[in-house]
Amino acid sequence: MTTHATAHHDDHHDDKPHGFLHRWVYSTNHKDIGTLYLIFSFIMVCIGAAFSGVIRTELMKPGLQFVQPYFFNEMTTMHGLVMIFGAIMPSFVGLANWMIPMMIGAPDMALPRMNNWSFWILPFAFCLLLGTLFVPGGAPAGGWTMYPPLSIQGGDSVAMMVFAIHLMGISSIMGSINIIATILNMRAPGMDLLKMPVFVWSWLITAFLLIAVMPVLAGAVTMLLTDRYFGTSFFNAAGGGDPVMYQHIFWFFGHPEVYIMILPAFGIISEIVPTFSRKPLFGYQAMVYALASIAFLSFIVWGHHMFTVGMPLGGELYFMFATMLIAIPTGVKVFNWVSTMWGGSLTFEAPMLWAIAFIVLFTIGGFSGVMLALVPADFQYQDTYFVVAHFHYVLVTGALFAIIGAIYYWWPKWTGRMYNETWAKVHFWWSAVFVNVLFFPQHFLGLAGMPRRIPDYNVAFADWNFVSTIGAYGMYLTPFMFFFILWHSKKHGAPAAARAWEGAHGLEWTVPSPAPFHTFSTPPVIRDEDLAHGDVSH
Amino acid sequence: MADDRAAGDAIQRNQRLLTRALLVCGAMFLFGFACVPLYRIACEHVFRNKIYNTADSAKGFSVDESRWVTVQFVGNVNSQLDWSFAPEQVTMRVHPGAVNDAWYDAANKAQTAIVGNAVPSIAPSQGSPYFNKIECFCFTEQVLKPGESRRMPVKFVVDPKLPKTIDTLTLSYTFYNNRPATKKLADHTQAAQPPNS
Repeated sequence: MTTHATAHHDDHHDDKPHGFLHRWVYSTNHKDIGTLYLIFSFIMVCIGAAFSGVIRTELMKPGLQFVQPYFFNEMTTMHGLVMIFGAIMPSFVGLANWMIPMMIGAPDMALPRMNNWSFWILPFAFCLLLGTLFVPGGAPAGGWTMYPPLSIQGGDSVAMMVFAIHLMGISSIMGSINIIATILNMRAPGMDLLKMPVFVWSWLITAFLLIAVMPVLAGAVTMLLTDRYFGTSFFNAAGGGDPVMYQHIFWFFGHPEVYIMILPAFGIISEIVPTFSRKPLFGYQAMVYALASIAFLSFIVWGHHMFTVGMPLGGELYFMFATMLIAIPTGVKVFNWVSTMWGGSLTFEAPMLWAIAFIVLFTIGGFSGVMLALVPADFQYQDTYFVVAHFHYVLVTGALFAIIGAIYYWWPKWTGRMYNETWAKVHFWWSAVFVNVLFFPQHFLGLAGMPRRIPDYNVAFADWNFVSTIGAYGMYLTPFMFFFILWHSKKHGAPAAARAWEGAHGLEWTVPSPAPFHTFSTPPVIRDEDLAHGDVSH
Repeated sequence: MADDRAAGDAIQRNQRLLTRALLVCGAMFLFGFACVPLYRIACEHVFRNKIYNTADSAKGFSVDESRWVTVQFVGNVNSQLDWSFAPEQVTMRVHPGAVNDAWYDAANKAQTAIVGNAVPSIAPSQGSPYFNKIECFCFTEQVLKPGESRRMPVKFVVDPKLPKTIDTLTLSYTFYNNRPATKKLADHTQAAQPPNS
């Protein structure tokens, strides 16, 4: 183990609170809260995967074999809500908590007690949401998008779902404000905004997206609640409302939400790729501006989720062209990652493998996204498995792969131990093969016309559904692999150096591994060679 | 000393940022609700797309007196409904763009009050978008007491943009028993009667 005495912190700060309650429940330490977020999202990934297990098992063969159609609908709805709000978003917040203060030379998050709150609200939110499975009438079954009038039928799970979303929203908003305050106010002297790592930039922009759109979602679900229980008619056509208006409000939230789940992944990839290419990131400023443009465009393209509701032709054309515009800054990012690798001395440790898989597979998801943006084509693709394949390519092989890559990348910094590289590679290749067996055939199913959110289907779709389910069963082994690799590393891993990766730059690699409980209690003196990116000329 | 002041400054700046961010959140929450009127304004004024179909949809049609369209009327009753139902006129010759009135007659032959709903259909289907019903008994539930009969109007306009290849349109109604509404009506009538009568 490394010693605790370094230039960057004071020894007397380092004693951790004793006892489980004081250490974890009352925690205001960014590293402990980051760990809590990551553990929480790992549990949620497992629960969400179990829900998808019900879905894929039922879909393995045509006909109804295992579950009732209504329960199937509950599973698709809960799978979406748990994976989005319980798995992907909290794990990014966990990474932000762990890494942002260390990357900008801050002693902790700006508002540590609020940080504690933003985590500890989440378990309550998900108890409410998962509790709906046990109430009369069952869990919400109208899809994660909660379109009325369907979503407000059924039992009192409507109210529980709405309150759960309110709580998740409060948690995300508090987390985001904290991240913004940390990045804007707590940077070490000399850490200019345009010297920050791209991961920090990606989170700054994501946090602004979150505080702008989570309240809109809160408003939309509040209207659902009052429509259901208090006799309002926001979305009730019989009372003068309009159900299509819900879709507009929802997707005004929903599209920025999509980028909330991918921008931090872009940040992670922009940290991993330069490290294992042993080259500075190509086009640092272009990367930052691309992030900002994607974030801006996300606010003005929501209509592409609802081309088939009967909007005016002008609206469809506008949303189509605006959506296709997003391919430009996204293309800039992909080209810059590839250019970073170009001519570098590449090595393929596990984090780099996940990052390269991200670049390739996320780009496939991006291309199917451009296909979906085309109005005439979208009339065919709308609500088919093509859409399902598209968003799983961007969310599983995109967001989730980046998160796994980030955990492998920073794990030595967190624990002071290396993981077993061979098993990590097995984990990677196993995932890379089976995730494609799982999701690639869904493109074919969707193009052939198989609708999403159905428990039974035409026998014509049987073969690819069977293949897809085999892929799913392969993927269900990966959380266990990941868990055992990390467990083994924690117990028996080789000690990690402060700079765990030869090509790693950034302030987080200047502190010992494992990172002491308190880092940068006095602001570090920043040398250019410590910065995460090489472009310090501006 | 200087460190303390710097720390105090940082806390102040963080709190100022917290307040501002919460204001943004509050404003965005209200924006969610402001979407309700904004959406209506956008639909009605920007896209000139009325959210609601209103009775003045006949406005703007000019009567095409050079052209005649024959409208045929059909009335059917679903086997589960003990009513009689037939149009008063079998055909009408109308000018596209003109507002016309047609009448149907319905009578309840059963011993109980029944709620019925009429479902319209236009043949040929290519002509369907051009047949505008301004007023129709099919828009609402019809309640007939035992033995009661009713004369019911249809007010319609044929759109002058009706393709030239179509010179005859058939308006057909089928009346169905609205069972949930009928049952509700029966329950309601029973409950309304005093128990000792």
